[in-house]
Amino acid sequence: MNALSVHAPVLLVATPLLAAFVVPLVAKLGSTVRNAVVGVFTLLTASLAGLVAANVLAGSGAPSVYVFGANPLNLTLPSGMHVPIRILFEVDGMSAFMILITALVAVAATLYSFSYFKEHSGGEMYYPLLFLLLAAIFGMEETGDLFNFFVFLEIAGIAACGLIGFRPWRGRSQEAAFKTMALYTLSGLFVLIALGLLYGQHGGLNIAYLSSRVGAGMLDLVALGLLVVALGTKAGVAPMHMWALDAYGEAPAPISAVLVASSQASLYGLFRVLFTLFGAAVSVAALGWFLIALSVLTLFVGVTMALLQKDIKRLIAYGAVSQIGYMLLGVGVGFTTSGSRPAYGFVAMQGGIFHMVNDAACIGLLFLAAGAVHRASGTRDLNRMGGLGHDMKWTAALFAIGALALAGVPPFNGFSSKLLIYESSFAASPILAAIAILSSILLLAVFMKVFQAAFLGPRLLENVREASRGMLVSMLMLAVVVVVFGLFPGFFVDKLVTPAAKALWLGRDAYVRAVLGG
Amino acid sequence: MNGINSGFGAWNPLVWTALFLGIVAVALAIRALGRKDYKKKTGQTKVYLSGNEEPEPEDLHVRGDALYWGMVEALSGYYRRARALHTGILSDYFAWIIVTLGIVFVLLAVGR
Repeated sequence: MNALSVHAPVLLVATPLLAAFVVPLVAKLGSTVRNAVVGVFTLLTASLAGLVAANVLAGSGAPSVYVFGANPLNLTLPSGMHVPIRILFEVDGMSAFMILITALVAVAATLYSFSYFKEHSGGEMYYPLLFLLLAAIFGMEETGDLFNFFVFLEIAGIAACGLIGFRPWRGRSQEAAFKTMALYTLSGLFVLIALGLLYGQHGGLNIAYLSSRVGAGMLDLVALGLLVVALGTKAGVAPMHMWALDAYGEAPAPISAVLVASSQASLYGLFRVLFTLFGAAVSVAALGWFLIALSVLTLFVGVTMALLQKDIKRLIAYGAVSQIGYMLLGVGVGFTTSGSRPAYGFVAMQGGIFHMVNDAACIGLLFLAAGAVHRASGTRDLNRMGGLGHDMKWTAALFAIGALALAGVPPFNGFSSKLLIYESSFAASPILAAIAILSSILLLAVFMKVFQAAFLGPRLLENVREASRGMLVSMLMLAVVVVVFGLFPGFFVDKLVTPAAKALWLGRDAYVRAVLGG
Repeated sequence: MNGINSGFGAWNPLVWTALFLGIVAVALAIRALGRKDYKKKTGQTKVYLSGNEEPEPEDLHVRGDALYWGMVEALSGYYRRARALHTGILSDYFAWIIVTLGIVFVLLAVGR
């Protein structure tokens, strides 16, 4: 048990990676055996994620280092060395928080996929790509090395594109996958150039090592700019959000939910670069305000364009983009005010980070519900739907929970995190809070439109059946998270969000010390 | 433990939920005071539209596009521009990234 606990960080990446290679083999034995193996690997991965997070959170979110091939496993600098050159994972409160989000979405998406793909072939390719994507996301969240981060980012991109274009008979899926691949390639190129600049300057790519070396030199700033834009693009920040609409809208419903976790992993990377890698080394208020401006743009464009959509999944995709704006707003206010007004800066950070898990649960739930609607009605066009609530009562209720939570209606989870963002951003500028609240109101209007058009009114479609039990259970799982996090926000803020926010906000020195000592 | 305190205000969802359920109970109690002696599916419950025939329910359903037609029309100037920016053309996606990168570089150079 102790060995499992010690090696859990690497097993968390190795297990889904192994599953990606095992599943195509066992798929030859039939779909029942394949699903059983997929289920076992998913539960194993989720258990390891829980174990890694529990270990880190037991230490109040202090960084825990795992060095590959070292003895002992936290030996980062063997005698005489000044630069950590071995591959290492460094997991702190923020990483643990992200790992839990990914595990939650992974379990819900896999369970949903069993029913969603029951009548389709190609599961022997779908599940390996899904596991590959999960392994890469966990890797991005755990690694303490920028080059490894880049490798995991690329693996996630390749797997994600394969999954977005998974249904080749839909031409638009192929187009979405191609556009996503093109954007991911450009972003990956930016990251690689930034890494080249940093390596050329400082001779290493370990985040802790770089953190102790970077400054306000021109090349370091160019690297910072490239990383901000690349990771902002992958997270879906406006005006670089357009790939996300295609990808979320055209991917199979469970994959859209996992793509939200993938985008959040990129957002995590952006936060890591801003707070841990550069932190106080670069005090550029203009960059902070630029991030806030991007967050407001993301919010506003997301909700206003959602209002126009008639494709239910594309509409939710715009909703997902708008939520990235809330997270960026919270953390952007925190970044801008870390030195000048820490009192509300920290609350803003808590709000932004808390909204990540809330968003993953709400948007994940909405995508899964939209998938059930599409499957039952045979259309994604809201203009052709109506009265689905007569035959899909459970799906309608679960969709309503997700929609109300996303719009920030109390007592669901979205309200708690948005409240923290409203109040702290008000202290920074009342205009920010006003835009954030207005966006939430518009989002409520958007989802009222969806609910009214799809679920209410007379039956307009024949032979509509409720979603299968497996799909309902996975949706219910996310709905429980939405309700429980909403009713007991204090508990989750204390136990999960505060260690994550502290790891970013105050944890730079501890992150560096865990690797370089001193 | 269950609520949050932001330093500017406090939020306790359990208290809010209890109050909300209390208000719902009061609303239901008031509704229960209403008359119950009407006859369903008779002229007593038929909708009266100034003597016009009541349309079929299928014809009354407001479709997705129609619900916020007025709002979209009112903001047509904004939506015309916003739609024009969402071209779906890949080279435009690239252009937005390059423009954003340029702005970031300028901000970093100026704020250095």
